[in-house]
Amino acid sequence: MGTMEVDRGDGRTPNQMRPLACSRNILNRAHGSSRWSQGNTIVLAAVYGPKAGTRKGENPEVASIEVIWKPKTGQIGKQEKEYEIILKRTLRSICLLTIHPNTTTSIILQVVGDDGALLPCAINASCAALVDAGIPLKHLAVAICCGLTETGSLILDPTKIEEQKLQAFACLVFPNSPISVIPKVSSSAEEPFEHGIITSVTHGAMPVHDYFNCLERGRAACSKISEFLRRSLQSDSSNDTSKAR
Amino acid sequence: MASSSSIASKGSLDIAGEMEVEAFRRLFPHRYYEHYLAQSVRPDARPLNHARETTIALGPVTSVDGSALVKIGESTMLAAIKLEVMTPAADLPDKGCLAVDFYMPPVCSPTVRPGRPAEIAPVISKKLQDVIVSSGMINFEELSLISGKAAWMAYLDIYCLNADGSLFDAALLSAVAAFSHLKVPLVSVNDNGRVTTVPGELLESKSELELVNKERRKLSFKSIPFSLTCLLHNKYILADPTAEEEDIMDTLVTVVVDSIGQLVSLYKAGGMVLANTSTVKDCVALAKRRAAELQNILLESLSEMEVD
Repeated sequence: MGTMEVDRGDGRTPNQMRPLACSRNILNRAHGSSRWSQGNTIVLAAVYGPKAGTRKGENPEVASIEVIWKPKTGQIGKQEKEYEIILKRTLRSICLLTIHPNTTTSIILQVVGDDGALLPCAINASCAALVDAGIPLKHLAVAICCGLTETGSLILDPTKIEEQKLQAFACLVFPNSPISVIPKVSSSAEEPFEHGIITSVTHGAMPVHDYFNCLERGRAACSKISEFLRRSLQSDSSNDTSKAR
Repeated sequence: MASSSSIASKGSLDIAGEMEVEAFRRLFPHRYYEHYLAQSVRPDARPLNHARETTIALGPVTSVDGSALVKIGESTMLAAIKLEVMTPAADLPDKGCLAVDFYMPPVCSPTVRPGRPAEIAPVISKKLQDVIVSSGMINFEELSLISGKAAWMAYLDIYCLNADGSLFDAALLSAVAAFSHLKVPLVSVNDNGRVTTVPGELLESKSELELVNKERRKLSFKSIPFSLTCLLHNKYILADPTAEEEDIMDTLVTVVVDSIGQLVSLYKAGGMVLANTSTVKDCVALAKRRAAELQNILLESLSEMEVD
């Protein structure tokens, strides 16, 4: 596959992501906030909570997660509702819900710029914001978009223009690779923990084996994002005390 | 009480032995299911990888151009397609259009209240639109009448009458069945230059009408998408879960494959269980088997229609 070069508008190689940037603790009233950017795709996330009480119909024995998606312009439609549900379910699966039963944690996402791979960017942003707010998490989640071009080659982190030309793309979310000492389960023949798919959303028809190729590429890229996320979380945790809670 | 005492002998809970099976099912749903799953069977006597019985009835609604009623177990969906003439968009002059709406009225489930629409409904209709369009099932150029002037707008409405799990599977099957039942009506251009549909009874009397299309035809499909929802719980994969199973064990994977073997969608949104590669492979294999099964059911109901 290495020899198959794809021309990308911005001169990236197929496996190259756009530059990542993450800043936290940027909103003064929010309990946690972050701004995550992948090139020109920028999402601002704010976390409020845990607040007392859950909404009607939610299980009060565990913490409830609420996601509010604000598009850059206009009103929310079906697409935004779908994003909200995907985010809510993804974040529910990484939070330790039993620690704060009968509370609601709201995550508000404001799209600042959309230049492709918006959902993965929002997932990364909300994960950083949850850490900033100190919400107990099982592990982090890292998301990547992997696209299949018309010519059958795979590209990572497509821009909006590339996204429109793609035959299919998959948004994949994986857990970050743990560095803490976890007692090894006897079944060591199985795949490592960080290869498990938290969330997979695909768009467009593709051959089955290409999806598995996407998984492989996505995992490799996610381990890089995971490293970046961990570095950026550690670097500014020292000046985290300034915030009034 | 034989089964409840055997549960008690396995577990450590003392009161379980004195409890009714139904009460145990509601109070300790996880342990109730564990007991079944360990024996590779489900409370409704299905093996883990079997879908529920599926029926398709074509043409239950006579006032529309195509309709279908689909039941997967107790999950019931009614799909109807209405075609209307519209002016195509300037950038796509040779293409028709599709609008999908998915409704969950309060009759379908105890969790849906009147006045507060189910939050999952717009998500399912978005996913349906995505899957139908991206699978390439419909050739939108077939829905064109006069290039740049007139094309068909297909309104696909799906009503969930009974929500008992695997809603997307049932909704997609009903949509596909309604499309294969769809017959494109005749249209003519009237004196004002407007394109109107010709009702069947007018056809003999006014033969001087200038018809745009010659006969009521069916659409041709390049490939047909079929969906299977799998529920992941520990190491088990449960195909086609019921609403109760979806409530108790929350990790769902919806796989859509089409009749030419392509993967149209693999949708997993969070959940407590992480899907590893072998699990995904198993789910795709189950979905492929189910797609073949559903295609046969669809063909059977279509051939029954021809006989009538």
